[in-house]
Amino acid sequence: MSAPVKTEPVLSARDLVKHFPIRSGGVIRRRVGEVQAVSGVSFDIYPRETLALVGESGCGKSTTARLSLNLQPLTSGQVLYEGKELAKLPGKEMQRLRRSMQIVFQDPYASLDPRVPVNEIVAEPLRIHGLYGDGGRERVRELLHTVGLRPEHGNRFPHEFSGGQRQRIGIARALALRPRLLVLDEPVSALDVSIQAGVLNLLEDLQEEFGLSYLFVSHDLSVVRHVSDRIAVMYLGKIVEIAPTEELFEKPAHPYTQALISAIPIPDPRKERTRERIVITGDVPSPANPPSGCRFRTRCPQFARQLSESQRERCVNEEPALTDHGHGHPAACHYAETRQLI
Amino acid sequence: MTSTDPILTVEDLTVRFPTDDGLVQAVRGVSYDLYGGEVLGIVGESGSGKSVTSMAVMGLLPRTARVSGSIRFEGKDLLKISEKEMNTVRGLGISMVFQDPMTSLNPVYTVGDQIAEAITAHHDVRKDVARKQAVELLDLVHIPNPQQRAREYPHQLSGGMRQRVVIAVAIANNPKVIIADEPTTALDVTVQAQILEALQTAQKETGAAMVLITHDLGVIAGQADRVLVMYAGKAVETGSVDEIFYTPRMPYTLGLLGSLPRLDLKTERLTPISGAPPSMINMPSGCPFSARCPLAQDICTREEPRLEAGANAGHLAACHFSDQVVGHDPADLFRTSTADPSEPLPATVNPGENE
Repeated sequence: MSAPVKTEPVLSARDLVKHFPIRSGGVIRRRVGEVQAVSGVSFDIYPRETLALVGESGCGKSTTARLSLNLQPLTSGQVLYEGKELAKLPGKEMQRLRRSMQIVFQDPYASLDPRVPVNEIVAEPLRIHGLYGDGGRERVRELLHTVGLRPEHGNRFPHEFSGGQRQRIGIARALALRPRLLVLDEPVSALDVSIQAGVLNLLEDLQEEFGLSYLFVSHDLSVVRHVSDRIAVMYLGKIVEIAPTEELFEKPAHPYTQALISAIPIPDPRKERTRERIVITGDVPSPANPPSGCRFRTRCPQFARQLSESQRERCVNEEPALTDHGHGHPAACHYAETRQLI
Repeated sequence: MTSTDPILTVEDLTVRFPTDDGLVQAVRGVSYDLYGGEVLGIVGESGSGKSVTSMAVMGLLPRTARVSGSIRFEGKDLLKISEKEMNTVRGLGISMVFQDPMTSLNPVYTVGDQIAEAITAHHDVRKDVARKQAVELLDLVHIPNPQQRAREYPHQLSGGMRQRVVIAVAIANNPKVIIADEPTTALDVTVQAQILEALQTAQKETGAAMVLITHDLGVIAGQADRVLVMYAGKAVETGSVDEIFYTPRMPYTLGLLGSLPRLDLKTERLTPISGAPPSMINMPSGCPFSARCPLAQDICTREEPRLEAGANAGHLAACHFSDQVVGHDPADLFRTSTADPSEPLPATVNPGENE
């Protein structure tokens, strides 16, 4: 990955909050609670860099990605693209801005219309924005070629392609309007491992060639280590640690990050059987009823085993801020300590 | 921990499914031995036939399946015994842990009752005794408050807890063999770690041999003693876990290892394997991997290589040129490309094989 150019951020997220109402059953559906999917998330994405959002199910990473593209309304907070606040833009301007911000979805079987030939799928963004015109056909051929598919296959239907090829079609579609920012929501999770590698290499090359920024959402830390420049680890709607990739893996400071790194199996028998394990017990609490103070405290091995009574009280009563406690990058933990795990 | 005679012997297993498009050859002559106390990891990508192989062992294939070969367990050929006899083997001698705990558990019975049922189905014990054993088993797989949990229904438990219940059911009768088919794939990674630990405990407590089927090479590296690599319905390499990971002798294995992004290494270019697995209906002649293999020569498209040992007797590979694979890095043989423009469109997806 080329080093990020530190100028103005392409995208800025400030204190994003998204709550989904839970309604009771029955005729009059009253609001009985809220799922706090995203609870105060902030980050910047710079030109030509890849920022990864990593976490397990229910952490809010996919919702955050959709909020970043204004695909869902915010409960509160702001998303700024090139300095402009998206929620405040008039409809036409938002429409025009959408050309610059595109998304690639996870499921290569559900994200392509099965009744439309591939040429048309890739052409659709051009048609919507009135850009198909004279060069449209050629542009579609060029896009298919760019993602490693044969343009002659453009008049076939999605079901005639493999999962990896379909994902490439989704990428070609996302590139049609020459975006600056690409949001990739688990783009390789549904693919076989040997196919994943080809798509990851492709994404690398495209970033280099077109100067793209990526917001890469994934649960797979091994993939994320390979593709990203910086990583934000999410838990129950919040970012618990954010750092440049190598730093996150060499010196993780938050207990959850440490447990996550610890849990991922390494395809090397000697290493895998001799490494230090931090096993966390229990299950993720419900996002409708997150723990007070630090949301991770109910599963935190440090809370359970190393902290004193008064320290634990702090975890229960005081939500830790996402700041740098002297480790070189922000971590949301009152008692963060870096550990080398791999 | 291994004894001298294998507990389970699969010999020349072939499974075919008739479909509208033709005969799908899901498994094409797979053989392996499983010894007491060991973990055999079966690894392969979608369409490799790894799950169908184990369904055959458990007698859980659909009736349309055409099966041949033999599966010997405790002096019986499982493919030849009656359904009644198979019912005693299942759950008592061989038990299974599937990928999705929600479909493995009955939603209208409590968790404790389901474990107890597994016990009373095969042993003549009173219900209250079985329920007590059920609570002990829940404790064994580290479910907190087992007394209380035993009275709950599957939907009240998280995915990880449900999978532990499935494991408890699987070991309720001290089976000799546990078959775990993608037991952690549907779970979050921190829960995965807990489940693998529960499986290890289950294995130690019962002394059972385990067949662990997965596409995740990291899990194999951590859990398996021996590994069987499957591709296009056949075993293409088998050996100890060290042999497979450090000195593979078959190009597919090497390519697979090279295509994995590593958690513990800094980023390098990945080596994908271009192309896609062959059609299971119209199998090309020769080696099924030849279309994607960097070492392929004429003989590869004519003659399918047999599984043969090299320097180590236990390390077998199905490749005409396995000596050219040994000692090489994936990048030596596979291009670090993004795509193969000549990649053909695949034939229709195989029925009867899950993703």
